[in-house]
Amino acid sequence: MALFLLFLANGLAYGLTLFLLSSGVTLIFSMMGVLNFAHASFYMLGAYLGFQISQVTGFWGGLVLAPLMVGVIGGAVERYGLRRVHAHGHVAELLYTFGLAFLIEEIVQLIWGRSAVNYVFPDLLRTPIFAIAGLDYPAFRVVMAAISVMAFLMLLLLLLRTRVGLVVQSALTHARMTAMLGHNVPMVFMSVFAVGSGLAGLAGVLGGAALVTEPMMAQQLGPIVFVIVVIGGLGSLFGAFVASLAVGLLQTFAVGFDRSLGQLASSVGLAPDASGNFAELWSISLSQIAPLLPYMLLILMLVVRPRGIAGKRDL
Amino acid sequence: MLLKFKPIAIVAALLLGGQVHAEEALRLAFVDPLSGPLASSGQLGLKHYQYAAAEINAAGGVLGGRMIEIVPFDNKANPQETSLVLRRLADEGFSFVSQGNSSAVAAAIIDAVEKNNSRNPDHKMMYMNYSAVDPALTNEKCSFWHFRFDTEVNMKTAAMTTFMATQKDLKKVYLINQDYSFGRAVGEASHKMLNEKRPDIEIVGEEYHPLAKVKDFSPYIAKIKASGAQAVMTGNFGADLTLLVKAARDAGLDVDWYTYYSSLLGTVTAMGDAGVDRVYELVEWHENIDNAELTEFAEGYKAEYQDDWRYMRVRTMLHMFANALNAAGTDDPEAVAKALDNASYDSPLGPVRMQSENHQIIMPQYVTLLSRDVEHDLEGTGIGRKTVASFQAEQVKLPTTCDMKRP
Repeated sequence: MALFLLFLANGLAYGLTLFLLSSGVTLIFSMMGVLNFAHASFYMLGAYLGFQISQVTGFWGGLVLAPLMVGVIGGAVERYGLRRVHAHGHVAELLYTFGLAFLIEEIVQLIWGRSAVNYVFPDLLRTPIFAIAGLDYPAFRVVMAAISVMAFLMLLLLLLRTRVGLVVQSALTHARMTAMLGHNVPMVFMSVFAVGSGLAGLAGVLGGAALVTEPMMAQQLGPIVFVIVVIGGLGSLFGAFVASLAVGLLQTFAVGFDRSLGQLASSVGLAPDASGNFAELWSISLSQIAPLLPYMLLILMLVVRPRGIAGKRDL
Repeated sequence: MLLKFKPIAIVAALLLGGQVHAEEALRLAFVDPLSGPLASSGQLGLKHYQYAAAEINAAGGVLGGRMIEIVPFDNKANPQETSLVLRRLADEGFSFVSQGNSSAVAAAIIDAVEKNNSRNPDHKMMYMNYSAVDPALTNEKCSFWHFRFDTEVNMKTAAMTTFMATQKDLKKVYLINQDYSFGRAVGEASHKMLNEKRPDIEIVGEEYHPLAKVKDFSPYIAKIKASGAQAVMTGNFGADLTLLVKAARDAGLDVDWYTYYSSLLGTVTAMGDAGVDRVYELVEWHENIDNAELTEFAEGYKAEYQDDWRYMRVRTMLHMFANALNAAGTDDPEAVAKALDNASYDSPLGPVRMQSENHQIIMPQYVTLLSRDVEHDLEGTGIGRKTVASFQAEQVKLPTTCDMKRP
């Protein structure tokens, strides 16, 4: 039971981290219709900037300043790049963010080198706040989860309950009309992109310290972001939230409650032939395929319900 | 007038002639990932080669004054890409090729070199491997043209388990490895050898996790904790090792770590104090071995590249290569390979030899422990390695099944 609770706590914490990472993509997609491939690179940039600033101001300075800086960079990217590309349609936008991803990754490696940097949480956040099954649960996991939930609630409130949110939403569907009514639509788009990038930067500061800040980090987390966004439904914050938790729990429990595929099959009444041609297949364990499960879920979702958990339209 | 200029002309001709001969560099192709996700380890290897070659060149080069030139080629850590590179090397007349990252690539090079040598007997090639450690490469897949300068997985595991067997209080060990050929080889060898050497040690878990895909290791840590393990043995490297040790530290998991790659690029930095007095590693050299010659060499590298010297086997390899060239007296790869076959080398750390039966290097090995109480550190962390056990070259030798076909 204690072990189950531990897996639950770990799964939720991991899921919420994933949400923080994917919320920016969802925000930018739902408000601007741009699928931002460079998102994981902004995450990486956030981690490295957070590290650099923390050298001077300590961790907390990095936590505040790095996401702001990434947000400003994101805003500049929109203002001086994406806005011009936008006129040429979606393919141009995709290619633009795709190229941007490589550019940011290379620049980060030029500045900070090709090796990992020593970026960790301060001792205060690393102290355990409780223990389950004999294992400590460090404070930063709770802090990360709280920040993630806060980001989710604030975004929802901002978009659904404020005047700014109304303008943003109308700018997406009726850009010209909104502009006629006197709102600065390009400014709205730039702000949305900046906030989305800033969220990636925030995820980077936290994720970089919790996991590892190294040149591979963007490439490793990039694909999972898109899995979550698609499962949740493109452009749905709520969907992304649910999908993140689902993926986090799925992966954690797959490792924790390790059964072979053969055992699973027999538990649902099938009798796999343990010595036949597929013996190898049946002996594969759940933990071995744990990282594949989100992608299997992705394919399943696209077949069964292409709009995702809470998407408003099909892909 | 003519007479007056003649001696000058002769002297000039002699000088120029000599210079032309000396300028003809001895080219060694370095084939490793220089772009893509594994670029950092390829680049690291390349810098090691260039520095070790510069040392030999500064001492007068090889074959009476020829300089060794390291020529880099990017194979993107991909066997297919490597086969293309090897074809290009053959076209451009390279006789010597070297590589280290990935045993799958190493097997592709052995294959390509064997094919080339049977099809182009006039332009043979020889291959030196500095890091690919799949046991098969010097057993069932062994080749006369391949020379391995790193100890293979079974030898490493034999040395490590011999050391573990001396830890009287160790009763429960957890094995966690990456789910691919290398990780499987480490896991299976560890299991078998621990059972032989210390039947009373219980293997309380044997886990294979996907290679470079796991971000959150906390569920694995929970399983290790639940198993009651005192120590974890792993062949993991890169992010798979740092994330594992970091997750263990965050959860307050109280275990020792027996590893092979904990001093690679960035790993000590990422583990930080989580690794101190906890992480054992098997290596052929480390920064706190008391040997003035090697320490000075490593310091020189650090001064030039602002990074730590890691693979002393690269220096050993190039020294043995240079000796073989000089012994053969020619740059003909077949003659050099014959000189390297069963070659001995007095390394600063004791005798080293290339085993003739399978072309596997036999060299001293050290078990180290991460410590803050050291003179030289890694990556400016204040943390470095200290020796806790050492093995003479002949102590890590293992039997081979290689049936070598010699030219």
